[in-house]
Amino acid sequence: MTEEILIAGFGGQGVLSMGKIMAYSGMMQDMEVSWMPSYGPEMRGGTANVIVILSSERISSPIIRHFDTAIILNQQSLDKFEQSVKPGGLLIYDSNGIVRHPERKDISIFRIDATEEAAKLQSSKTSNMIVLGGFLKIKPVISMENVIAGLKKSLPERYHKMIPENEISLRRGGEIIREIHKV
Amino acid sequence: MERELRLMKGNEAVAEAAIRAGADGYFGYPITPQSEIIEYLMEANPCVTTGMVVLQAESEVAAINMVYGGAGCGKKVMTTSSSPGISLMQEGITYIAGAELPCLIVNVVRGGPGLGTIQPAQSDYFQAVKGGGHGDYHLIVLAPASVQEMADFVGLGFELAFKYRNPAMILSDGAIGQMMEKVWLSPQKERSKKVPEWATTGKPENRKRNIITSLELDPDRQEAFNQKLVAKYNEIREKEVRLEEYQCEDAEYLLVAYGTSARVCQKAVQLAREQGIKAGLLRPITLFPFPSKRILELSDRIKMALAVEMSAGQMVEDVMLAVNGKVPVYHYGRMGGIVPTPDEVVENLKERIIGG
Repeated sequence: MTEEILIAGFGGQGVLSMGKIMAYSGMMQDMEVSWMPSYGPEMRGGTANVIVILSSERISSPIIRHFDTAIILNQQSLDKFEQSVKPGGLLIYDSNGIVRHPERKDISIFRIDATEEAAKLQSSKTSNMIVLGGFLKIKPVISMENVIAGLKKSLPERYHKMIPENEISLRRGGEIIREIHKV
Repeated sequence: MERELRLMKGNEAVAEAAIRAGADGYFGYPITPQSEIIEYLMEANPCVTTGMVVLQAESEVAAINMVYGGAGCGKKVMTTSSSPGISLMQEGITYIAGAELPCLIVNVVRGGPGLGTIQPAQSDYFQAVKGGGHGDYHLIVLAPASVQEMADFVGLGFELAFKYRNPAMILSDGAIGQMMEKVWLSPQKERSKKVPEWATTGKPENRKRNIITSLELDPDRQEAFNQKLVAKYNEIREKEVRLEEYQCEDAEYLLVAYGTSARVCQKAVQLAREQGIKAGLLRPITLFPFPSKRILELSDRIKMALAVEMSAGQMVEDVMLAVNGKVPVYHYGRMGGIVPTPDEVVENLKERIIGG
């Protein structure tokens, strides 16, 4: 099993930390993992993206251009990465601020209104966990127990009191993700 | 402290491994894409746990000369930087090599020339392997291809540096520095209290004074010293070659790649084999000494070698020297901070096969 994932959005949306939690969770599940962030000009311009690879085998290249799953949190990233999803792959996007929705017909597309939902839950900082919960509903590559274990490992001790709130958001994500188009 | 499994950036792994290897001192100056090393060390503050000194120098030139000083006292000292910073250090590095002192230098390479880009590249191969500074000298050069090796090569680098009284370099790149992977960390080693007999830490009554210098005005004596260095480099060539082979047993087409490119090529070998092309990968782990002997052996049974590097073609020259005309040797490279994809490598290999 190998799952090659791209997460992209604005800085501050929790793109890198969502990837980090995925990687930690994969590690908890005895998988091979790699987490490769953008650290270049993109990052300085306000957008952030990270490639996470989870695999049962040794990971060869950590830098790839085509993905099994793309998780997209803003318009710029959608424009840039919609074509990077492998045919038959999965695209998940948060519609907040999106004016041009994804158009491809050869991939599965799911929409998750995580920013809006996080505001309703009065928990804006956990919108990335809503998205992660949605992703895991569609592709349960990591178990919920291992995600919680991964959260514990990646968060500093002083934030461990936030874990229940994150868990609520993760579960909520699984409930609100909507199918737009499926292949 | 037990062996411990962590998820870390390559840069963080270097920093943690330095503490655990029992390093005495780190001197550095921040530069992307390796600033996490000094950040991690500053935060870890090993001064209170192992007594390791961590100091941000005023420049790279100062950092390498602090390393020179620390090494002269027989201490396990190191510095890290990225390409432009390593260029600034070249004077210090050739002096350290000329004074036969051990130290560890880590270059997390970014694209050049000049300030270039902050993205990963392998364009400092010549600088690391062929000299960099002036004079006939070599560094021992280790090329990690994973976060695990970033950690492991810190200990290995120090070990080789002290064994041969020679500066060692870890030649990494921005991708391995920035990426997070699983890493098993070694248990904490105690800092050595032993003072090597050549160290300049004060002259006791019972021996002559130690002198550390790279200056010798008498040509005969200088040549004798040069010959001593040559003998040392030959011994290193004889004993310290490290490499990894992947599917080379029946390979007709040999990819040669190190570091990040080797990771890409491993996947390329898989893809090529799915298409019925018998490809294999030789990954030099030591770039100096270069695994020339093994490449020559393999060249008896391959049809072609393809060196894949994130450069305009540097290591390919060493592959050509090793193969010595037996089979054609080609180069495929991306530059400017771009990492090639496995598909690109396979396409290039196929073009060469048809073309050849």
